[in-house]
Amino acid sequence: MSRIFIPLDSAAVAVGADEVAAAIAEAHPEAEIVRTGSRGMHWLEPMVEVETAEGRVAYGPVSLADVDSLLEADLMAAGAHDLRLGRPEDLPFLQDQERLTFARCGITDPLSVTDYETHGGLEGVKKATGMSAEAICQEVMTSGLRGRGGAAFPAGIKWNTVSGANADQKYIVCNADEGDSGTFADRMIMEGDPLLLVEGMVIAGLGCGATKGYIYLRSEYPIAKRVLGQAIEQAYKHGLLGDDVMGSGKAFHLEVFMGAGAYICGEETSLLESLEGKRGQVRAKPPLPALEGLNGKPTLVHNVISLCAVPTILAKGGAFYRDLGMGRSTGTMPFQLAGNIKQGGLVEKAFGVTLKALVEDFGGGTRSGRPVKAVQVGGPLGAYIPPSRFDMPMDYETFAKIGAGVGHGGIVVFDDTADMAAQAKYAFDFCAHESCGKCTPCRIGAVRGSEVMAKVIAGENRETNLTLIEDLLEVMEDGSLCAMGGMTPVPVKSILDYFPEAVGRGTAKGGE
Amino acid sequence: MIDLPGGRSHLLPKYVLELSTKNEKGATVAANTVQPCSNTEDDPITAFVSETGGLMHALNALQARDGYIDAALVPKLAKAFNITKAEVKGVISFYDDFTKAPKGKHVVRICQAEACQAVGSRSLTAHTLEKLGIGLGDTTPDGHVTVEAVYCLGLCATGPAVMIDGHVKGRVAPADLDPILDAAEAEA
Repeated sequence: MSRIFIPLDSAAVAVGADEVAAAIAEAHPEAEIVRTGSRGMHWLEPMVEVETAEGRVAYGPVSLADVDSLLEADLMAAGAHDLRLGRPEDLPFLQDQERLTFARCGITDPLSVTDYETHGGLEGVKKATGMSAEAICQEVMTSGLRGRGGAAFPAGIKWNTVSGANADQKYIVCNADEGDSGTFADRMIMEGDPLLLVEGMVIAGLGCGATKGYIYLRSEYPIAKRVLGQAIEQAYKHGLLGDDVMGSGKAFHLEVFMGAGAYICGEETSLLESLEGKRGQVRAKPPLPALEGLNGKPTLVHNVISLCAVPTILAKGGAFYRDLGMGRSTGTMPFQLAGNIKQGGLVEKAFGVTLKALVEDFGGGTRSGRPVKAVQVGGPLGAYIPPSRFDMPMDYETFAKIGAGVGHGGIVVFDDTADMAAQAKYAFDFCAHESCGKCTPCRIGAVRGSEVMAKVIAGENRETNLTLIEDLLEVMEDGSLCAMGGMTPVPVKSILDYFPEAVGRGTAKGGE
Repeated sequence: MIDLPGGRSHLLPKYVLELSTKNEKGATVAANTVQPCSNTEDDPITAFVSETGGLMHALNALQARDGYIDAALVPKLAKAFNITKAEVKGVISFYDDFTKAPKGKHVVRICQAEACQAVGSRSLTAHTLEKLGIGLGDTTPDGHVTVEAVYCLGLCATGPAVMIDGHVKGRVAPADLDPILDAAEAEA
């Protein structure tokens, strides 16, 4: 019996994967159609793969209009066709990656525990059940893993703090409120390999002594919501979740908690407020969530990708993970190529890969075919970087040096038609829309910033108003309670530095 | 079936027109509308009182059931959760997903964030609003279509992205939305 693989990933469904799957199923009712995650080559979606004796053969991008000709070309026997791509693993985009977290994404059935285990899943949790909590935390410490949500805080320190805290109840909270534009790694792994997240959270529970976990998921991800719910059901059925996790005698229970459309809830204390049923307003720190988090109890809050790195760290050892990457940026990072890019998608690489390699070699330049003007790295609070800086290696320290951040690994490409002054105004507008309102520099500063930037764009007292903006940026950066107001200056400053002509000023920093 | 150029026929409104369901009050609920975690058969006001963050579940459930949060329910929610009416209102007004009035029969959410801006979401938004003669966040006078901003659908390599009645669409050109909007507008 022929097996056909078609992604259920949102990016594939958004360009017609469901309709293609339905059309193939109608023509070949005998074929088994497996809905997988996406391989992460989004310009080739919907990508259809067929199983052959020599491995899978891919076709893409397959539109509904192509299905008839594909079937005539004997898709079931991997026949020749203009859209035939050959074996996906042989495509340079995939060949040049170092996939650990995304090793199974696009290959396995996301809802099959058997498939998961056959492809290396559950190895980490099996090891963890035979280890002490201290030893589990030590392995994470050794790996050098840092929070992948944006703050890059050393995970091992957080684990030790929660593990060492005495409490009748502790929690593991997964931050799946992936609101940064240009990022979709969390969504892809939750849709394509949700059991990996479940396994990572179970290991965190064992390491920290927590018995209850929540995945705080944004409402903009309905497909992830469905897949996660079904995966958790399977995990309970197979003993990965429940009162006796993998025969360890220890309990871990997990549920998905739906957000309601607030970007700020990606900030960990705001997320905890929301999880308690309140307005998602930021809390002052201390107390740290690791000691007083959800319901006042010790809580480990981690981004999806941080938790998804954990099963690999336990299975292969912290040292294996630490030896990838550069300097204090250890392991791999799923970079996401987005915006005006020819070959957009997900590239998992060890830290140290350059922006140039990502944008030009993997990405193939812009989708429009025009020259690149800027890339915004790390979401709406990230810097706009000009091509003259594309030799920068992607690591936390290099980016910090120029006042930028790697963030959650999103890279949004803009071509030469981009209006950088408009982007600077947008940074303020976005902050004004998403500010939780608790602190003044963010709540009022964002609104004033937008108003003053509008005057700059209109050519009104330009230099005076730009000085005012620079002053405002300093206040926001130093006086805001969290990164929302504190980092909104990052994109604005980068535009003033690298694209001064956009605001009617002289030459860019560095003289280019 | 209408043919769209560039193999874009999948953008036709078959979801919009077939998969949407009517709830008991007659409001359209997209087939993919996010449902709360559990206990959907019970009264959403009281079903989640003992759960962590139960008010969020209750409000998500009410929004899904009614298409908005009826102001008349605020005192009931306050009583059930043992908090003040002001606190309930505060939570409702904080989150974009909770609305105080019903939306149009069809809801078109167009991504306004950077990755979609880089591939033309601003002109897609302008085209849509001009065609319908409304502003962003507004509903057509006949109540058929609401157009909203959304900040990222996670489709950043296949933008511009839109969500129509809970269903995601990528690589959307202005001309692709026209037949969908026409069909939604023509619907009785």
